[in-house]
Amino acid sequence: MLSTFWQVWIMAIVFGSMAGCGVLIVYSMRGHRKEETTQTTGHEYDGIEEYDNPLPRWWVYMFWATIVFGFGYVGLYGLGNFDGFLTVKVDGEPVTWTSTNQWKAEVQAYDEKLAPLFDGYLATPVAELAKNEEALQTGQRLFKSNCSVCHGTSAMGAQGFPNLTDHDWLYGGSPEKIKETIMYGRQGAMPAWQAVLGDEGVIEMAEYVRSLSGLPHDAEAAEKAAPAFAQNCSVCHGADGKGNQLVGAPNLTDDIWLYGGSTKQIQFTLRNGRAGKMPAQKEILGEDKVHVLAAYIYSLSQN
Amino acid sequence: MIKHDTIEKNLPLMIVMIVIALSWAGMVEIVPLFWHEDTNKPVEGLKPYTAVQLEGRDIYIREGCHVCHTQMVRPFRAETERYGPYSTSGESVYEHPFLWGSKRTGPDLARLGGRYSDEWHRAHLYNPRDVVPESVMPSYPWLFENKVDGRLTPKKMEALRMVGVPYTDEDIEGAKEAVDGVTEIEALVAYLQHLGTVVTKR
Repeated sequence: MLSTFWQVWIMAIVFGSMAGCGVLIVYSMRGHRKEETTQTTGHEYDGIEEYDNPLPRWWVYMFWATIVFGFGYVGLYGLGNFDGFLTVKVDGEPVTWTSTNQWKAEVQAYDEKLAPLFDGYLATPVAELAKNEEALQTGQRLFKSNCSVCHGTSAMGAQGFPNLTDHDWLYGGSPEKIKETIMYGRQGAMPAWQAVLGDEGVIEMAEYVRSLSGLPHDAEAAEKAAPAFAQNCSVCHGADGKGNQLVGAPNLTDDIWLYGGSTKQIQFTLRNGRAGKMPAQKEILGEDKVHVLAAYIYSLSQN
Repeated sequence: MIKHDTIEKNLPLMIVMIVIALSWAGMVEIVPLFWHEDTNKPVEGLKPYTAVQLEGRDIYIREGCHVCHTQMVRPFRAETERYGPYSTSGESVYEHPFLWGSKRTGPDLARLGGRYSDEWHRAHLYNPRDVVPESVMPSYPWLFENKVDGRLTPKKMEALRMVGVPYTDEDIEGAKEAVDGVTEIEALVAYLQHLGTVVTKR
């Protein structure tokens, strides 16, 4: 609420200005000739001169019309503490127009239209929803607005951001696991091994890791790292390097690399660790949209 | 009576009259809000920026991020669907100057905090094309080399305190130490991850 002073201030300036405009129109029309003339205003530039004719009538009327419009506008939208007579429907009741109420009305109108649709989706299991063409189209749009920034518009990912189309899952590719990942997020935790393995150890271990995927490697160096792998890495990645989806430890044997599979990249990962993070979407998107998204992402790996 | 000619041929007079004409609506639309509760009361949970966030904000200003990115979610459904809850004036009480911006070459950033991981921000600021191939945003590789200069941080906080940001003496004393050794990218990401996180529910 505005104090009386500011309310008076606002009203004085607004109505004063409107009245002032009226006075200005009347004043400037006074003493003007009524008929057209060939007399010029007296100034000339590059040979261009200007007739000193009166404003056309319709033009003057338009000035008056803006003043009338101004009063109408104030009546509808209000002024200071006066709310105005315009209303919008919020919760089924007409309430005063404000930009906030207008937003509420707009959102409610859409929610009413979309709620049955999303409720229906939410009641359908993800795997089944993944066969619903319409839901998938909605899912794709949601994906493009919210997920593509990291995972790419075609969901093929980027370095450090998983490809969602390659059937390889860090935390599991079942419909339930996908939904869980989107809802609550994930926090990767590959520790830095520099201190444990040392310079030489990191170089050897990188060769060993490459050997797991059958990539060209230095067999002798890889051999040396095998005991260290069994002692340290196997806890998460498994003795055979096939990973563990419970802790999000990637499979090292499938030649799919989140952070790149070159010797240098693997060494970097070993030295410094990695902490990839999938942000939780429950608060941002809500479960109904996450459900549709999960169906879309699940569908990407079903062909 | 003053004639049109007189104003047209007297520049100082014309400047004064233009200023009056341009400020006229502001006297109604802006000036009363200086004393209005809605615009002066911080939203619940609003805290002044930490020293690192504050330096990040200054980097945001220095690099001109606000030229292409707004920080203002307007109250339209299309915007709140895409970005999150609309912005309120109570969130900007400690903003000097505010960075609402006026043009969106890139997306709005008012609700950016927590949307993406720190790693994503680093990759994206180093070279936006690495993560968003169709992006037209410039790269900012120097942020990864430069260190924040903490000598001015306490002074910046003191200046902000003068205009009403409630920094405590401890905040200001610890400011230099807090930003010691912090790289510019760390400061900027800290700022970006904080954006719009005070209000999370629609």
